[in-house]
Parts: sequence; C-alpha cells; structure tokens
Amino acid sequence: MTSPANSTVDIVRAGLPKRYARERRFRLMGMLAIGLGLVFVAILFLDIFSKGYTAFQQTYVRIQVHYDGSVIDPAGTENPDTLAFADYMALLKQSLREVFPEVTDRRAKRDLYQLVSPGAGQVLRDRVLANPEIVGTTEEVWVLANDDIDMLVKGHIDRDLPESNRRLDDRSLAWFDRLVDQDAIEKRFNITFFSSGDSRQPEQAGIAGALMGSFYTLLLTLLFSFPLAVGSAIFLEEFAPKNKWTDLIEININNLAAVPSIIFGLLGLAVFINFFGVPRSTPLVGALVLTLMTLPTIIIASRSALKSVPPSIREAAMGIGASPLQTQFHHVLPLAMPGMLTGTIIGMAQALGETAPLLMIGMIAFIVDVPQGFTDPATVLPVQIFLWADSPERAFVERTSAAIMVLLAFLITMNLTAVLLRKRFERRW
Amino acid sequence: MRKLIFAATAAGLLGFSGNVLARDYISIVGSSTVYPFATVVAENFGKSTPFKTPKIESTGSGGGLKLFCAGVGVEHPDITNSSRRIKASEIENCAANGVSEIVEAKIGYDGIAIANSRNGTTYEFTLRDIFLALAKMVPDPAGGETLIDNPYKTWQDVNPALPADRIEVLGPPPTSGTRDAFAELAMEGGCKKFEFISAMKKQDKSKYKAVCHGVREDGAYIEAGENDNLIVQKLQANPRALGIFGFSFLDQNTDVVQGSKIDGIPPEFESIADGSYPVSRSLYYYVKKAHVGSIPGLQEYNREFMSEKAIGDEGYLTDKGLIPMPRAERSEFQQAVTGVQVLTGLD
Repeated sequence: MTSPANSTVDIVRAGLPKRYARERRFRLMGMLAIGLGLVFVAILFLDIFSKGYTAFQQTYVRIQVHYDGSVIDPAGTENPDTLAFADYMALLKQSLREVFPEVTDRRAKRDLYQLVSPGAGQVLRDRVLANPEIVGTTEEVWVLANDDIDMLVKGHIDRDLPESNRRLDDRSLAWFDRLVDQDAIEKRFNITFFSSGDSRQPEQAGIAGALMGSFYTLLLTLLFSFPLAVGSAIFLEEFAPKNKWTDLIEININNLAAVPSIIFGLLGLAVFINFFGVPRSTPLVGALVLTLMTLPTIIIASRSALKSVPPSIREAAMGIGASPLQTQFHHVLPLAMPGMLTGTIIGMAQALGETAPLLMIGMIAFIVDVPQGFTDPATVLPVQIFLWADSPERAFVERTSAAIMVLLAFLITMNLTAVLLRKRFERRW
Repeated sequence: MRKLIFAATAAGLLGFSGNVLARDYISIVGSSTVYPFATVVAENFGKSTPFKTPKIESTGSGGGLKLFCAGVGVEHPDITNSSRRIKASEIENCAANGVSEIVEAKIGYDGIAIANSRNGTTYEFTLRDIFLALAKMVPDPAGGETLIDNPYKTWQDVNPALPADRIEVLGPPPTSGTRDAFAELAMEGGCKKFEFISAMKKQDKSKYKAVCHGVREDGAYIEAGENDNLIVQKLQANPRALGIFGFSFLDQNTDVVQGSKIDGIPPEFESIADGSYPVSRSLYYYVKKAHVGSIPGLQEYNREFMSEKAIGDEGYLTDKGLIPMPRAERSEFQQAVTGVQVLTGLD
C-alpha cells in the first residue's frame, strides 16, 4: 500500500495541521480556565469591596454636653468608681431634649434618644475620667450615631419607601434633617472598628479583639508547631532507618494532612479540654488544636526542603570531619530553611483562616473584652466574620465585608512573604 | 530562639494554671435564638459594672444544656440559654452530674414568621394550610382516613383561596430550635385539626409526632441553614419563595420582606405579646445555683437581665426584637430569679 512517494514524512505532514490545531485548542482551554478563575476572583473581590469599603467610615453627631455634676457625681466624692459608672447617657438625653425642645411625649423621646448610639456615653466617660475637672462645664462633643442613622447617611436606607417599610420613621428623618442643616452630622474615619472588641451595636463593634485573638493563637501555634515539625522532618529524613515502621509513619503524616479540620477540633475537645483541663475558648487551646492541624503541612514541606539539598553538601561536611549532627545543623538546615519557612508560612495562613476546629473548643463566642494573654477567652478573625454575617442588624453587612478585607490583607501578606522568601533565599543546584 | 520558646511555653503554662484555679468572667452557652438578646445584656452588664463582660457561645439549646449539665466547677458554664423549656430527662442528667439546683429564668417571647419578598403576593395562611403544604404525609384529599405522600404542588392545591404559585419554602434545618418550635406550633397546630390524626395522639404518640412534625423532603421545603440573614437575602432574590425565621429578623428587614398573616393575625410586636399570633414560643435561660456567689458578677448579671430596663415593656431588648412577658408574669420571674429560687419540677 505504501508507495515510495507516500513515505513516513508524508504521513507526518498530513497529520501536522490536526496536531497543531489540537495544541492550539489546549492552549485556548488553558487560557479560558485561568480567565474564568480570574473573573470569579474579581467578582468576589468587587462584591466584598463594594459592600465593605463604607465600613471604614462612621457617622458622628455633634452634641453640646453639659457635664452635670448632680448626674455624674451627686455626692461630690470624686471617687473614680463613681465617675466610671455614672449614667452618661442621661447627659446625652438631656442635651438631645435641649436640641429638640418640642419633643415631650414619652414615646417620641424614646425615638429621639435612638439618634445616638446606646454606647455613646462612653466618650463622655472617657473624657471625664481623663480630666475630672470638666465636671460642671459644657463642651461640644462628637458622639457615635446610631446604626440606623449611619445606614441612612451611607444610603442603605431608602427615604422613598412607605414609612411602615423603613427602619426610620418620618419623624426621625425630620430630626435627622435638622441635624444635617446644623452641620451636626459628619462622617469620619472609623477608629472604633480597629480599636474595640465585638459589640452587638454595629457602630461600636470592632475587630481589635479578634485580631489580638488571632495574633495570640498564631504566635503559640508557631512556637508549638515549628520546632516540632522541623525536628521530626530532620529525624525522619536524615536519621531514621528506612523500614516499614517509618513508611507507616510517613503514610500517616500524609494522611493527617488531608483529615478534615473539624476532626482535630473534636480531638482537641476530648484530649485538651476534657482530659487535660485546658480552659475553653482560649488562644492556648486554639493553638494546640491548630498545631495538630498544621504539623503535617510543615513536616511535609520541611522534608521536601531537606530532600532538595544535594547529597554532596553532606558528603563534603562529613569529609572534613563534621559529625552527622553538625552536618545537619551547620550545613543542611541553613540551606533547607527557606523552603521550611515557606511551608510554615503557608501552614500558618491556613491556620489563620480556619474556623471549623475552633467550633468544638468554644472559640466561636461573643467576646467583648480584647484578650490580654494566652488564657483570656478569645475569638479569631474568621470566627468574627461568621458571627457578624449571622447578626440581624443591617449595619453588620458592611462590617462583615470590611472584616473579610482585613483577613484577606493578612493572608495576602503572609503568602507574599512566603513567595519572597523563596525567591530571595532559595538556592537551586 | 530557644530561650524565647522556653520562656513563652513557661509563661503559657503559668497563665494556664492560674486560670484553672479561678475564673473571673461568666461563661454562657446555649441557644442561637437567645444569643442576640443575651449578648446585648452581657455587653451592657460589662460596661455598667466593674465585672468583666461574660463570654457567650452559641451552641444551640440542646448542646448548651448538655454542656451546662456536665458538672459543677469553673470548667463548666454558669448559664445556658434555651429557646425551649428544659426537659425532664435533662434535669435528671443534670442531677446525675451534681447539678441539682437550677434557677429557671423566662425572659420573654419570640415569634416565628413566615415571610416573603415585598415584591411578591401577600399571603394569608391558616395553620391547616401550613401543615398541608409542608408535611411529609397528609390526609388523602380524596377523603377517608388514610395518609398519603404529600401530593400538593402549588398553594392553590392546598387552599383554593391562595395563589397558584409553586410551594417553595426556605427554612431552618432539623438541628435548629426554630425548626423544633415551628414543627410544634405551626405544623402540629394544623395537624391536630384533622380529627383522626388528633385521635392518634392517645393511641400511638410516636406515630402522631412523626405525622405532625414530619417535613416533606421532595424539594418544596428547602433547608437553608441556620443563618437567617441568608434566608432574607434569598427571599429578596426570589419573590415567589417563602421563608421561615425568627421575628427579630423580620423586624430588622421590614423594608424588603413582609410577614404573612396566620389565622388572620399578622406577625407583629403586639400580636405576639398578647399571645394571639399562633406561632410564638418562650425563651429561657438557666443558672447553676452552685455558681452564684463563687463566680463574680453572676447575681448582678441576673439582676441586669431580669431588670425592667432590659426585658420590660420598653426595655432595650425589645429594640432587638424580644417580645416582653405580661407584667404579672414578668414580676413573678423577676422575683424568682433575683431570689435565686430553684426549679423544683416541670409543671
């Protein structure tokens, strides 16, 4: 059938366009896949940013406050405890009544007080505690507006809806408009969001508590997991004999890396809390559980970093008389360190974004006070996002997105550090 | 580096042993329905007293009571919130673990709303409609006393007065207290209108419960997770769907969703407070008496929660959607709780 003219070259030539087309199709599909991925990431980011950026600003109301001594300190004791727990809200209510003297009806007054945040008295308290001498004087103070007012200013409440379908009735809107006319409403940078702990009043809620919780938890996780993981990696890779026992251990480590994280939470509850009595909801128990979760990741990364150090380095060190331990710690470990650190940072980033194992050990909780140490009750960033996403108040929607932005910023920084470390220090042979 | 690790570990262990000896904050667990109210009280308590702000975990009513009943001591919670009353079996379990003295505090009522988007039609249901539309087994529409798999596809099939829209209801999963209460109040309420099913209660209680509480699984009832906000968002996107969630979420979102009337009564503050709205339930929290006095601030927290400024007619919890108890019932519980009166039995 094959004539000399119809040689192998011709067969190859005939099939060539088809093979080229196949390659072009594959490239195109690859580009499409990446493009699609990027589009989804862009949509996700756009959605989060468009919902969340307003949370970095907060509405304040300007109010003339008279620090009435008979309300703050009726006995005139100047005792710090009396000053700390006085009814500062009463001062604000008094001031609001002076701004709107026509409001006399009980129900209307109640609505009037809703213009400012229920926690607005805090500002006055802080000012009085800082300088008790201002009691008896009058000054202008900017206090937090209520979340409904804040939503109105940010355009999340539609004035054109019928009154019954709005969170703010016509009367409140009229009051608000009068305050706007007096230049007594202002949007400012939302410091509260970065300086305070959780709160059920959206305008007072902040991520400082969750950030500190994440910080303490991750610090402990790093301290627990890094030495353990590097030690086991060195031992398994360089010292341990290769037999079925070490094979079994290796299989188990790889297996552990794929175990759903909730399992580690259950283990933590049974072992650390119920058996060892580690206090619930603390960064300490959180770190112990996350250590279990990140250990396999770091061990696997560290072992492959050790594997990539060429044997000639070890042989040279041994050749000039270094002991096996010296060989490892003076020569192999420094060369493997960038790879190990990259693995560690990726493991930490994974731990930062984890909520499921924390569910079982009580870290999904409402905690107002910013944790001060490893054994204070604490929560972490992703948990804070989860809790806010579940809150009924409308103003928590933007705060949820803002908290996601903060979490994303941390994750991107950590992963970027990992990439830079690898680029900067990793050596290839 | 090595010194740092050692120091940190030592510091961690020191702090940890200190914590085991004493806990200077109140630990609260329990219902996700009571959580939004308890957190507000806790926050106010933390800000207005020298005590630390209590820690509140949202574990669900059943999970909370389990943790609560595990024993007496600082490692166990002091308070559990519950969106239903404690069961006799739970009291026994508590007593078996040494938690024999429990103080019961009823804080008010919560309504469960069936709502849809403001862009959709306004519904008016009877409890019977709700049962027929959502139950797994319903009485044969052809008549007789047999139960068949739910054949209804549209609301009109259930009741000719309702629109011809497909039945599509988003609601909480079986783990939720809201679902338990909905099954008990709405589904069973409609279920027992059928005399032969009602008669079943005396003969075969478990079968009666299975019939009345069984929710259909053919796609008409969609389990939308515990997140009520998500249900509200889904209703906005789909005007033909209905959603089941707590009154506080309806109250916060009246601009986008509307509550349906049930037996002619709209889900409103007043109708839930006077008991005329049929799908409402009581909310509770339980305190371990043994911890009162040893955990700082526990008694003061009780006082704050039961005070008129919290659960009263115009208390701050009503702003968050809690429906207050009638005055007489309220003062009864206020006295019982602040007097640390122990629960003696379920009546």
